[in-house]
Amino acid sequence: MRSCATRGNGPAPGGPRMSEDIHVKKVLTLGTALAGLAFSVVGAAAADIQPAVLYDLGGRFDKSFNEGAYNGAEKFKEDTGTEYRDFEIQNDSQREQALRNFAKRGMNPVIAIGFSQANAVEKVAKEFPDTQFAIVDMVVDLPNVRSILFKEHEGSYIVGVAAAMASETGKVGFVGGMDIPLISKFACGYKQGVMATDEDAEIFENMTGTTGAAWNDPVKGGELAKSQFDRGADVIYHAAGGTGIGVLQAAADAGKLGIGVDSNQNGLHPGSVLTSMLKRVDKAVYKAFEDAQNDSWSSGIEVLGLKEGGVDWAVDDNNAELITDEMKASVDDAKAKIISGEIEVHDYMSDQSCPF
Amino acid sequence: MTAGQLPRWVDYGLIPLLNLAAAFLVSGLVVVLIGENPLDAVRLLVWGSLGYGEGIGFTLFYATNFIFTGLAVAVAFHAGLFNIGGEGQAYLGGLGVALACLALDRYVPWYVTLPFAILGSAAMGAAWAFIPAWLQATRGSHVVITTIMFNFIASSLMVYLLNNALKKPGSMQPETRTFEVGGRLPFLNDIFPAAGFGYAPVNLSLFIALAACFLVWLVIWRTRLGFEIRSFGANATAAIYAGISPVRTIVITMLMSGGLAGMMAINEIMGSQHRLLIDFVTGYGFVGIAVALMGRAHPVGIILASVLFGMLYQGGAELSFEMPNITRDMIIVIQGLVILFAGALEHMFRPAIIRLFTPSQRLTAREA
Repeated sequence: MRSCATRGNGPAPGGPRMSEDIHVKKVLTLGTALAGLAFSVVGAAAADIQPAVLYDLGGRFDKSFNEGAYNGAEKFKEDTGTEYRDFEIQNDSQREQALRNFAKRGMNPVIAIGFSQANAVEKVAKEFPDTQFAIVDMVVDLPNVRSILFKEHEGSYIVGVAAAMASETGKVGFVGGMDIPLISKFACGYKQGVMATDEDAEIFENMTGTTGAAWNDPVKGGELAKSQFDRGADVIYHAAGGTGIGVLQAAADAGKLGIGVDSNQNGLHPGSVLTSMLKRVDKAVYKAFEDAQNDSWSSGIEVLGLKEGGVDWAVDDNNAELITDEMKASVDDAKAKIISGEIEVHDYMSDQSCPF
Repeated sequence: MTAGQLPRWVDYGLIPLLNLAAAFLVSGLVVVLIGENPLDAVRLLVWGSLGYGEGIGFTLFYATNFIFTGLAVAVAFHAGLFNIGGEGQAYLGGLGVALACLALDRYVPWYVTLPFAILGSAAMGAAWAFIPAWLQATRGSHVVITTIMFNFIASSLMVYLLNNALKKPGSMQPETRTFEVGGRLPFLNDIFPAAGFGYAPVNLSLFIALAACFLVWLVIWRTRLGFEIRSFGANATAAIYAGISPVRTIVITMLMSGGLAGMMAINEIMGSQHRLLIDFVTGYGFVGIAVALMGRAHPVGIILASVLFGMLYQGGAELSFEMPNITRDMIIVIQGLVILFAGALEHMFRPAIIRLFTPSQRLTAREA
């Protein structure tokens, strides 16, 4: 916006060749007025917050986690008119650099998406104690950092309940992205939910790979899903980012059911996506911006589970026919019990193991 | 093949510059297409990479990586081998650096750790290149195929090790603990505060990289081994006829190549990140191929090409930071164009330039 103002500030760029004084004057006045207008807008915005988002290597439009953050920021912009800056890193060295660039330019708050940003946030947050930082999916213990965590296991539990009830064969599947503890956390909660509903259920579990490429390999995701279908599964839950698009596609092709993750993926194949486990990164980002604007920013750990609406399952027009009343009742029951603490969903990352 | 037809300054100066200019022209068109001012873009790119101390620091930091991986590819070129496994060799090199640092950082200062880190990285990188080299030398399995496959194996192996053996207990990030001071190379900013590198991670390994350039030059052009390597690369049949052992030459060349690639990890792991982390190579190994091509497999050319690619990395980051319309993917497009023009279309301008220069050369020859 600012660059626009400076550019518009130049006396009538490419202006009319007629050299009548009046005309030139008019143009000049108009130019000044426009520039003044632009400056006043900038001035108004400066009084507001200047938030920034730093995405992880997956990038802004990963159809999943980072995109959730983008959506949250965009929605905030739409609702309040507050502009924000964002940046997609290319390599690890750029994490610190970008955070520092944001902080130096007075951006506040600065939100880093993804657990890989932890070291960079820790370092830069110390250098800029007056800037508020937030990190998603990781804890950085500093007075000016808000650490946002999600209870993915709880959300996975409830879609596990739904999967077990939707399955006719008593066999369900799980396709993970990269083989890291975070994804095992999804898998473990899901298993617990399935087992709690159908003790004899058989669960197939596959991870797509061991590198970052595993987040973006829909072909392999589809193959893994097909092999699980061949073994008898009829509902498959994926926690695999872009890879999961292949899983859901395979489910739709085979006339079976898939379960989406992170954002609402019900609409990808209406009628073939049983539900989606929502991880509301968008909400977290929106809330962080909002808190900063309302001067109610709080640092420290913020854990978003079912109770806080940080995770949930998605029911909309696209899957309304698939969700029976009985299923809905069971899921709501499970939700209530988890919120009240009656059911404790095991967190894989608490002890790096899954008892199920 | 066309050596000797053109004056050296044309071959090594004018033609790369023309290629570069063409690449930037096409990039400029791309920038215009997405609705930004290409001159502003160039200004931001140059300012971001060379305009201030920290920018220069970042440029040199990236250049250090590229010097190592570029040298690795270049050494293999001289023996007619195409080592595209720099990515995996550098990744494994990181393991060597990390093991040295993790073992020593609490007990000794960095300058004691450093030799072990260099040794570790070079040994690991070389070891990773050894199997493809051996297979090529004795079984004829092409290194292009085997080295790229070894990149995937390296990637899986490192994920396994990071997740199951090296990970800091209780952390979910697949990475080791952060090294203590004994495992960290000093930043150049701390040694020369006057240079004003700020927070840029450029560190002492820049000098190790320059030393490596000199050593590579020495070995390739001033030793018997280097002569053997170059002979083998120029004409393997003749070299074998002359009594040069193909197995020995291929294996030694690939070991040197892999070792150099592995040493990239010193800059990245011991110099900047201070911990071994997943996927830290992020393409530096592959860019090394472009650097070696552009630098004509000569250390001086490689240094220049490395600085250029360092500028593209750092300036590109600044550019996409300042012009959000130019995403990081656009930066990759620009890098790709530079590689395309400098590497693949290297001979596009050459015939015309030869025509331009040959008559005057003949004239001077006659006068002489």
